[in-house]
Order: sequence, then structure tokens, then C-alpha cells
Amino acid sequence: MSDAIDKPVPFPAAGNISDAEREELRRHGILMTSLEELYNWGRSNSIWPLQFGLACCAIEMIAAATARFDIARFGAEIFRPSPRQADLMIVSGTVTKKMAPQVVRLWNQMPEPKYCIAMGACAISGGPFKQGYNVLKGIDRFIPVDIYIPGCPPRPEALLNGLMELQKQIQGERLTGPDAARHTRPDMPSEFSVPSYGEHDLQPTKNAEVWKPATPLTRSGKG
Amino acid sequence: MEALDQIRDRLLARFSGASVALVTNPGPAAEHSLLLDPAHAREIALFLRDDSALQLDYCSNATGIDWPEKEIVETKKVSVLDPAGGPAKITEEKTKRVEPGCLEAVYHLYSMALRHGPVVIRMRTANRSDKVNLPSLTPVWRSCDFQEREIFDLYGIVFDGHPDLRRLLMWDEFKDHPMRKDYVDPDDFEWEPTPHAGVLDRAKMHYSAPATLAVSAAPQPEVKP
Repeated sequence: MSDAIDKPVPFPAAGNISDAEREELRRHGILMTSLEELYNWGRSNSIWPLQFGLACCAIEMIAAATARFDIARFGAEIFRPSPRQADLMIVSGTVTKKMAPQVVRLWNQMPEPKYCIAMGACAISGGPFKQGYNVLKGIDRFIPVDIYIPGCPPRPEALLNGLMELQKQIQGERLTGPDAARHTRPDMPSEFSVPSYGEHDLQPTKNAEVWKPATPLTRSGKG
Repeated sequence: MEALDQIRDRLLARFSGASVALVTNPGPAAEHSLLLDPAHAREIALFLRDDSALQLDYCSNATGIDWPEKEIVETKKVSVLDPAGGPAKITEEKTKRVEPGCLEAVYHLYSMALRHGPVVIRMRTANRSDKVNLPSLTPVWRSCDFQEREIFDLYGIVFDGHPDLRRLLMWDEFKDHPMRKDYVDPDDFEWEPTPHAGVLDRAKMHYSAPATLAVSAAPQPEVKP
């Protein structure tokens, strides 16, 4: 197991055996796998999203569940109406400041392992409403986001692509070791503080534990 | 439908003591309106709804306007006689006056029964700070309910007699009125990776690093926890 951690492979095999050797064994009718792989394979193909939409992106999300785009191909068609049964929160649409505490509360009620997709420009950064007084400038100010899907709104194919990226992320997760997945580590929080309604804005306006943006790049010399 | 000035004359004849002014719209739409005084607005509204010739039974829209205090400079040309006997000099005399601000509620009325409209009525508050009360027209037209709540939320006009005057869009703890001209929105532009000038200017005030920071030298803390 140890060198599998040192050399990351997309599909962690059991022991030191390479993927080519494993494929060779499979041709002879011997299937080799690891508990980790099996576990991640199962999880990544049954991501149950939370059934809630915030704006026009939700319409695209609904379209992704229809027969034409068929999110069921990825095992993610079971939109759960309760956060306690959901694995994935698709923040699909504009998060107003009035709605933000409810979104965080729903996230806190979801059991681990849980993932978050920020779908569309509004959920990522506030989008066209960035300069408004009532729209949160990105849901990643309050909850950790795994996948960002740009678009206004993104097409259902983009959502499916985001879902496939999330599947890749889940399949690459480790259950043990120093780079173990977030949900296996007791030191990583799974609940985040819910902002309260202030007199002029949300209090606090961002969760500094979650939202750690890079220093903005500015052009040298010219300013 | 009779013309707006005829309606005004009828209102003035019927309601003694009420002041009803015709507010003309100089634009191409030429949608003139009636400015009612708040003290008589409720009775006048009931009259407009129930009068057999008007029957304005439907209020399609209610909205607010903020008129901030405005300084008006008027220039007047005055000819001054030269004491030396030369030709009269023409000088410009400027007078400043301050037009007090107010908040305004506008209602667009139609008649479903007689199929005419709109008749636009307005009401103005005494000022923008403490005397911001207007009579609610929700008891007259039920459709004003949410729209008056929205005006209360965004402009801060208090509608007396409204059955349920709470904020509609913002949360109850919110203190400001965002559609007023002097509203200052919260400064949460800490980090904006956008070339949009207006946003970037506000974001730059939060940047601790100077604007001459070299691209390669910028430390890159990890984004994801």
C-alpha cells in the first residue's frame, strides 16, 4: 500500500501490482481489487444529489435528469428531498443573502461523505448580480466546494461533466494514510457556522476557515 | 374614458379641501398622472374604484420613487447700467434653491369592467427621513399588498392601514432601504478576479499587496482547505 500512496495511480490497485498486470490477470478470470477501490467504485456510482434548486440553473439540472440527458447513467438520478439522505449538494443558481443561511444549514445536515458542486456563475461568484446588495458573492464563502461548473446557466452536458469529474475525485480518494479523504479525518470539520442576518449584511460575511482565496494577481509595473 | 384633467376637476368638486395636481409627463409616452394629497388619498381611491364612469377596479402596479434633495441653480440675465456711461453690461445672476426631497408611491389603475386605463396616481411623503407615512391603498385594491410591502422594504415608505406591513425581499433584521439613492451597499468585494472596472476598483481597496506586485513573486496560498 505504501508505494501506491507515493505514486498516485488513477485506480488504486491492491499492493504493488500494476494496472497492466491486473488487466492480464483479469483476462485469465482473476479479478483483483482492494476494499478502497471497491468502496470508491460503489460510492462514485451512486451519488444521490440533494433536490433543491435556486434559480435558472435548477432548470438545467432538471433537464439533466430527463431522458434526453439521463443523469441516471451515472447513478445520480435519485434526487433526495431530505439532506440526511443526500451525498451531493448541487448549488444550482443565485444564492441570495437571505437564502445563504438555509443553504449552509442544509449542508450541515448532510451526512459525510458529502460533496458540493457550485453550478453556474452565480453560485461560483455572484455572477451577473455580483454588484448587487443582496446576492452572495459565491457559495464557497461559507461551504467548501469540490467542483465548479462555469456557465450562465451551464448546459446539462456541463453538469454531467462536472459529475464525472466528481466521480474521478471520489475514485481517487484514499481511506487511510496521510492523504486520506476529508471525510475520514476527524480533524476536518463537516459542519460550518451558519451566518446570521445582520443589520446591513450577513454576519459574518464569509467564513474565513473555508474561504481562503489566492492573493489576486496584478500586473507588475503597469499597475 | 374622460381625460385626466376632467377627472381631476371632478375630484376637486367632490372632495372639498383635497388637493389634486396634474403631473404632466413631457416624454413621448405622455402618460400624465394625478398627484393626490395623502390625507384624502384613501377616499379618492375609493371614489376612483366605485365611480360608475371610471370603475378603476384593478391596480396593476404599485412602485416607489426616491426624490433626493436637489440643489437647483437658476441663472437669470440682468443688464447692469455702466456708471461711466458706456453700454449696459449683461451679467448672469445665479440663484440657488434647495428642492426638498421626498419619497413617492405610484399606482397604475385599470378598469376591467369598462376596459380602459391606465390612470396613474401618485402620493408623496413630507420628507425622506422621519415623515415617511402614506395611507395604504391595499384596503381599496387587494393587489397592492405585496407591492406596498416591497416599496416599504426597498424605499422605506410606511403605509398606514396596511394589513401586514413587513419586509418582502430582505430579511426582517435589515435596516437599510436599498433602492434609495443614498444607499451604500456592503463592501464585500475582497477578492474579485475580474477585469470589470467598477468591481476591480472596489476590490483593489482590499488588496494588501501593492499594485506593483510581480506576478511570479505573488505567494499562492492553497485555495482548497
